[in-house]
Amino acid sequence: MAVTARSTLDAQKLRADFPIFEQKIHGKPLAYLDSAASSQKPRQVLDVMREFYETSYANVHRGVYTLSERATEGYEGAREKARAFVNAPSAREVIFTRSATESINLVAYAWGLDNLGPGDLVLVTELEHHSNFVPWQYIAKRTGADFRMLPIDDGGELRLDGLDELASGARVKVVATNLVSNSLGTVNPVERLGSWAHAQGAIMVVDAAQGAPHHRVDVQALDCDFLAFSSHKLCGPTGVGALWGRAELLEKMAPFNLGGHMIRSVRLEETTWGDLPYKFEAGTQPIAEAVGFGAAMDYVNAVGLEAIEEYESELVAYTLDRFAELGAITSYGPPPERRAGIVSFNVEGIHPHDVAQVLDSEGVAIRAGHHCCQPLMTRLGVAATNRASYYLYSLPDEIDRLIEGLHKVRKILG
Amino acid sequence: MVDDMYREVILDHYKNPRGHGVIEGADAQAEGLNPLCGDEVTIYLQFDEDGETIDEVKFSGRGCAISQASTSMLMEMVKGRKAEEIAALPKEELLEEIGIPLTPIRLKCALLGLGVLKVALHRAKGTALPDEWAGLDELELK
Repeated sequence: MAVTARSTLDAQKLRADFPIFEQKIHGKPLAYLDSAASSQKPRQVLDVMREFYETSYANVHRGVYTLSERATEGYEGAREKARAFVNAPSAREVIFTRSATESINLVAYAWGLDNLGPGDLVLVTELEHHSNFVPWQYIAKRTGADFRMLPIDDGGELRLDGLDELASGARVKVVATNLVSNSLGTVNPVERLGSWAHAQGAIMVVDAAQGAPHHRVDVQALDCDFLAFSSHKLCGPTGVGALWGRAELLEKMAPFNLGGHMIRSVRLEETTWGDLPYKFEAGTQPIAEAVGFGAAMDYVNAVGLEAIEEYESELVAYTLDRFAELGAITSYGPPPERRAGIVSFNVEGIHPHDVAQVLDSEGVAIRAGHHCCQPLMTRLGVAATNRASYYLYSLPDEIDRLIEGLHKVRKILG
Repeated sequence: MVDDMYREVILDHYKNPRGHGVIEGADAQAEGLNPLCGDEVTIYLQFDEDGETIDEVKFSGRGCAISQASTSMLMEMVKGRKAEEIAALPKEELLEEIGIPLTPIRLKCALLGLGVLKVALHRAKGTALPDEWAGLDELELK
């Protein structure tokens, strides 16, 4: 076993918290190597949600009765946890959404439609997930703004040296990047990109859907204006995400969704909006999911983000070592110390779908496809890649099984 | 299950595809893409003097074993048959020939070639593509 116990994280012990690993797939223990798509859920989160539904559930901010107050306490408690998780200055700046995707759409529509126009530039990166690419491309087109993409180098890292040239002749108004690439695992230099963006007078928008579960996020240190993250990649339930934004920006923005709860007063002639964060929370929110999200942040905090990051980096290094032994594997992305627990690769001459199918028969779950990153796939010159991705419950033994599975792939299809 | 999926005949068609190539100046041609995984298939057809019988059919493309093998099998199935008949060919006939268990995702791989062939035939004959295959004629290769 090449992975030593340098990290303080005991994955074997943590794994016992996750009921999903108690089953077999095709008669074999589950090796779940697709945490970048979505993480598994620990009992601690599932129990909190069940208990909330059984003892404290009602709609929030509505009733004067005890149960509604209890539900509101749970929901607002989760907001405070989300605030602390990203070190936001105030909980009024933390908006619950359906997902990180909705968080980004909120900024693109509510900020973009009123602040972008011809001569303005929206800059995204070649590493973006479609969720931080397509909304900006669409809003840029609607407002007549330019839309450009910051390229990566051959190692899968952003070419910051190309920024000034890329921006020439335009007013940069938005710079949008992910904190961690979901495809290559690259940890992007958001601080440097943020200070460049601010020097241009642009807002800095960070998609931390892939970053927040694996990497300590501090919105004040990152020098950004908006940061989107979600629950389901962070041991929490699906259906809830969060957006942090600077209060002075959020206050000036028009609402995104309209309806109940986001209003101050409604008259036939005019409706006025509620205060932050409620102005952006129309309709009944994913209440129990937010409570579960809070429990998930507690869980991840207890494990420790620094320990998670270090452990994943060990797993990536171990995978790359084993790939080197195996040979005829092309892997993409920066060195292990500058990436989260994600390894994208191709097996020479064999399509990723076939690789993933054969691995599944061994109980090894990896992702095969374009990972919602078609511009990046174009840059890499491939239609698809295989992707193994790790989290706090991943084991070196699962990587060994991935390697054994790849031997079988070659035997069948090579 | 994986041994069923990658049974010998599939691997044989994948590794030695029948009718792989291009027909220059083909009577009918179409291309298609499975955007989920990037399988690409282009199909070329040449009709007999009667303008109905499929005299020659070839395909080019790249993709997973299932998409490439099933398209290869399709080439053998349709050669010498009538355009009208193949344009209406039920997908079950090809699936029976492929004869392996397919999950919904892999079904898309297996049926890509047949869909592209139907687009080519309906285009050549000026007939409407059945709803079942709608959308495939709008796909473009990158």
